[in-house]
Amino acid sequence: MSAQVTLPSDREVRVTRTFKAPRQLLWDAHTKPELVVKWMLGPPGWSMPVCEMDVREGGSYLWRWKSDEDGKQFGFHGTFTEVKEPAKLAHDEYYDAGDIGGSMPASDPALVTLDLSETGGVTTLVCTMRFASKEARDGAVATGMTDGMEMGYARLDDLFKQAA
Amino acid sequence: MNLDATFSALADPTRRAILARLVEGEASVMELAAPFALSQPAVSKHLRVLENAGLITKGRDGQRRPCKIEMAPLNAANDWIERYQQIWEQNYARLDDLLETLKQEKPRSKRKKK
Repeated sequence: MSAQVTLPSDREVRVTRTFKAPRQLLWDAHTKPELVVKWMLGPPGWSMPVCEMDVREGGSYLWRWKSDEDGKQFGFHGTFTEVKEPAKLAHDEYYDAGDIGGSMPASDPALVTLDLSETGGVTTLVCTMRFASKEARDGAVATGMTDGMEMGYARLDDLFKQAA
Repeated sequence: MNLDATFSALADPTRRAILARLVEGEASVMELAAPFALSQPAVSKHLRVLENAGLITKGRDGQRRPCKIEMAPLNAANDWIERYQQIWEQNYARLDDLLETLKQEKPRSKRKKK
């Protein structure tokens, strides 16, 4: 199954994907820095030079990505708000524009919730990103995506809520 | 191309239904209004939103004024969602590989004998 993107509301983006692996391994892959840097890289051509994570409620994290091509960097940082191993992990996300730029206001963090459920060795991952404002979703969604992405996306209003 | 205007225009079920009808072919304002329990001015208002977003063009064929769908903004919106999906699919493909490695490191074995 490839990743399915849905837009459950006008300020949320949701990605759903299944994996042939026990839920605990998905949890580990999302919470151990030495594992996170192996996969959470976005499109090809990026590395993750900084990945610090204190995975507990109230603990903080710091992520930075660097372009292989021109060395430009950007990142996210924030705090874990819910840590319920191995089923649920939630954190807020403050965007750090670094050298890339972008328009997410520093005072409007996104909230990211990861839900993991397992049946018979297959784990379903649901990752929902909720933005404080539609404008914040513009900037946040555009980061990490290299060239060609239009910055003009903003309001969905009830589009996908009604279409679903 | 303005994704903002496109998504806003698509955010209404009547407008989506109008576009679905126009995918089948051109239609006049009257023909488009027929299926809805809405006044013609109300439908015309929706058509203006669609036209401003570049999703339809209106001909000037005398009284008929046929409306025609324009696919470019819809394709742009679809491209956006596809690119977002591709980013995450790339991440998760790497994650698949990592999980295979992790599964091999921690085989589900029977309890070790003491």
